[in-house]
Amino acid sequence: MAEKAIDPLHQFEIVRLIPAKIGNLDVSFTNASLWMVIAIAAVTVFLVGGMRRQALIPGRWQSMAELSYEFIAGMIQDNVGSSGKKFFPFIFTLFMFILFGNMMGMVPYSFTFTSHIVVTFAMAFVVFIGVTIVGFVYHGAHFLSFFVPKGVPKVMLLLMVPIEVLSYLTRPVSLSIRLFANMMAGHTMLKVFAAFTVMLGIFGVAPLAINVALTGFEFLVAFLQAYVFTVLTCIYLNDAIHLH
Amino acid sequence: MANEPPPPNLDDIERRLKQARPEPVRDGADAADRPRAMGMAFRVSVELVSAPAVGVGLGWLIDYWLGTGPWAMVVMFFLGAAAGMLNVYRAVEGLGFGRWSKDQGPKDRTKEED
Repeated sequence: MAEKAIDPLHQFEIVRLIPAKIGNLDVSFTNASLWMVIAIAAVTVFLVGGMRRQALIPGRWQSMAELSYEFIAGMIQDNVGSSGKKFFPFIFTLFMFILFGNMMGMVPYSFTFTSHIVVTFAMAFVVFIGVTIVGFVYHGAHFLSFFVPKGVPKVMLLLMVPIEVLSYLTRPVSLSIRLFANMMAGHTMLKVFAAFTVMLGIFGVAPLAINVALTGFEFLVAFLQAYVFTVLTCIYLNDAIHLH
Repeated sequence: MANEPPPPNLDDIERRLKQARPEPVRDGADAADRPRAMGMAFRVSVELVSAPAVGVGLGWLIDYWLGTGPWAMVVMFFLGAAAGMLNVYRAVEGLGFGRWSKDQGPKDRTKEED
């Protein structure tokens, strides 16, 4: 009992629900996959259901769906400008997927797939490759001038260009670590304090109070990290479309 | 009830709304801006740490391929540290703390073309 209570990392365990293999590749349907499917289904229900009536004066549900649309549309307008409009579907999907993944992770006994670096890194890598391709499509080989800072003496370029390239390569790493670390740390902390509550008996009221506060904080972080991931994607996109 | 005004034109309403809505003020110290600021804090901290990590990783790979001892890793660590600081500087510059941010913030970039 006690040993079970002090295993805050147990919640991140991947369980194969439907084991499957293609050659040496493990393509099992895991609990992470299940929750991703649930997230996609929930987003679809949320948006399609919200826009079903399309009233001029929206009800609560439609209002929320429209709010999320407006939020991302505004974000793209602010960070990329009008030329970013054609990337709206991608960025909106990204945001809703991460947001729902984070938020559903707050439901007890659920699984937070965004707390796994494989998941976040895969998303960050898609963004990274996508943005690089966009840069090359928009500017051709001229995109490489992105790595050459302006107004720097020629000699310094020898040092600056590798730094710029490294800074560019850092993007998918920082993008994925930020989301994964935040989600994992938060959920671990919740479990640790929950374990204290169980262990301390009557004095468990104190960690329980902390846990209540932490839960609220975690909701904030869940939204914030989805927001940060998306806004950074917008900023990277802006860099690729509007070369400095 | 007989001389009820005709239903207002939606485009007209849209236009008047646009006029009436004040330009968003970006003070930074606002309570509504606090989540944004916290997101920024997360961003900056991870940015600073991940760049040296990427540098060391890449350097280690180069060493592994070329067999150049620890040197690529050492050099790449310092380049990575520099890149990390550059990243933080760039991230903060957009917030209005940078040297050139007064005339070249993220807001101005949006108006640049189309």
